[in-house]
Amino acid sequence: MEVIVALAIGVLAGSGVWLVLRPRTFQVVLGLALLSYAVNLFIFATGRLTVDRAPIIREGVPVDPSLYADPVPQALVLTAIVISFATTALFLVLLLVARGLTGTDHVDGREPEDR
Amino acid sequence: MTALLHHLLIVPVLVPLVAGASLLFLAEQRRARIALAVGSVLVQAVAAGTLLYLTTDAMPHMWTEGVGVYALGAWPAPFGIVFVVDRLAALMLVLTALIGLAALVYSLAYWDRVAPAFHSMLQFLLMGLNGAFLTGDLFNLFVFFEVLLAASYGLLLHGAGSVRVKASLHYVTVNLLASFLFLVGIAMVYGITGTLNMADLPARISQLDPGDRALFGSGAAILGGAFLVKAGVWPLNFWLPAAYTAASSPVGALFALMTKVGVYAALRIGTLLSSADVETSFIDVGLFYGGAATVAYGTIGTLSAHQLGRVVSFSVVTSTGLMFMALGLRLQSLTAPVLLYLASSALATSAFFMLNGLAQRTRNVPMREAADVAPMPDVIYHGFGVGPPDPLSPTDEVGVAIPAAMAFLGMAFVCCVLLIVGLPPLSGFLAKFALLRATAGPNLLAAGAPYGAAFCAAVVVSGMAALVAFTRSGLRLFWTVSAQRTPRLRMIEVAPTSLLILACLVLTVAAAPVMTYLDSAARSLHAPEVYVRVVAETTGVLP
Repeated sequence: MEVIVALAIGVLAGSGVWLVLRPRTFQVVLGLALLSYAVNLFIFATGRLTVDRAPIIREGVPVDPSLYADPVPQALVLTAIVISFATTALFLVLLLVARGLTGTDHVDGREPEDR
Repeated sequence: MTALLHHLLIVPVLVPLVAGASLLFLAEQRRARIALAVGSVLVQAVAAGTLLYLTTDAMPHMWTEGVGVYALGAWPAPFGIVFVVDRLAALMLVLTALIGLAALVYSLAYWDRVAPAFHSMLQFLLMGLNGAFLTGDLFNLFVFFEVLLAASYGLLLHGAGSVRVKASLHYVTVNLLASFLFLVGIAMVYGITGTLNMADLPARISQLDPGDRALFGSGAAILGGAFLVKAGVWPLNFWLPAAYTAASSPVGALFALMTKVGVYAALRIGTLLSSADVETSFIDVGLFYGGAATVAYGTIGTLSAHQLGRVVSFSVVTSTGLMFMALGLRLQSLTAPVLLYLASSALATSAFFMLNGLAQRTRNVPMREAADVAPMPDVIYHGFGVGPPDPLSPTDEVGVAIPAAMAFLGMAFVCCVLLIVGLPPLSGFLAKFALLRATAGPNLLAAGAPYGAAFCAAVVVSGMAALVAFTRSGLRLFWTVSAQRTPRLRMIEVAPTSLLILACLVLTVAAAPVMTYLDSAARSLHAPEVYVRVVAETTGVLP
């Protein structure tokens, strides 16, 4: 499972970086979204990959950390998802405003001259 | 009384949060809005001042050794989030409150009416800044960074216009990427050490296996990369001059402080880690060279820029570079001068951004050009339930126009230039002199002679270049008579600009007590055991 998750994170991050480096604003938005997926998965994976483990320690049961999931990365990833969601929405508005004001969807606000 | 004072730590975050949220509902009542916004910043200023006073150990029965801890929700330290104020944090809080107050009052003359929600965004920006300085938790630091960045995205766009939108596009993209780096760094640190509490980190690191230690080092380096983007270190700073130049003048003043957040975070985390014998020498060398490249970039930029705003933006870059060079030297005696330089340059560049807004009015071109203020798309006004602002003419403003406008502009310009360049008699000179004195002389060998000498050269040469650039801008602004008219300046624009310059004057006149305070701040930074111990004692559970 670790290999699959690691590959997934790698592919997401790689495609994200490639898209962010593209010249069109929409590609940049998609790239940022993919990167944020990669980062969120990465945070999630730092809490160990476990299935069917409760995050809350029950009273009276002896505490063995290997029997529990770590709740902190789950809380972190939730916060990170909300924040990246909000900033992506803001970026979309910015993209539309830039398109309206400059008449192009190039990230520099003008088409490169050598075309 | 002491019990109430104990809750003072949360005030600089809570007050702007509540004020910013309430301001959204006061879109129509301008007077109430101004009263609430100014009141909130004044409360923050008082709170920051009190915290500064308390960190001088004025009330030893309350806080020991200048460190105050506040456990949010009374959760014990490594599990809950703690707010920690020490001398460095208190200093940054005071700077934030001062610059926030000045920018807010300045904006009342014109800028706050350009678009809705300006006041709310300003409050949220202050909340993010205050929170970032206060928090003692890594992930909470990320959250406050995001709060201040989200507010800064809105503020940078304030006034719209295609120049701002283009600059924002780059600014937002780069800062989002930096946030991802920040998250990856935090996740790695948490994954290896199992803690997010800054005070808990040093102890956990010393228990790590050698293999994990290398992994931790790379996590910390990624985290540091994120801070360097925020601080604007070359080559991560190409977005900075365009964004800072495009920002409206009160926003530019606040942005001048935002690069200092990156410096603060690097200083805070860096000193905590250095106590845990993590191998940091390669980071120091990297910081030194990064800082040197930043100084070079900033210096070349100031010389090549034409608009005054751009020259000031590049001088922000230069000052960041100098601070990182100084940090890279790893001389403990340099930390206090760096802090003085940080305070002095933050105040001076903020004042300069405001002054730039005023000085542009001496040109014959009208103030509101198409690129300067273009109306927002209508949908934004409908969304907030308010109409587009009335077209303003600079003459119908409320407020007193001051006499001798050109004399004020000239004087303020000279003061700002002296402060940034580092010529006597103002605090800019004291700061640079302290930097040079701590490096040169017998300390030169301790710093590694070539590094120390290079740093001294960078301080002098960058100041020289800034002097040339500012003289040129000054000639163009004040001595080209044909293209000039005497502007109308209002009291509420002049007063905040003067306030910041006056603050620098205070730094100059009261240099001895200020340096004593900064020395103790630097000492406690380099002895993070105290920070760790106080957090542990106050909240109980840390090892």
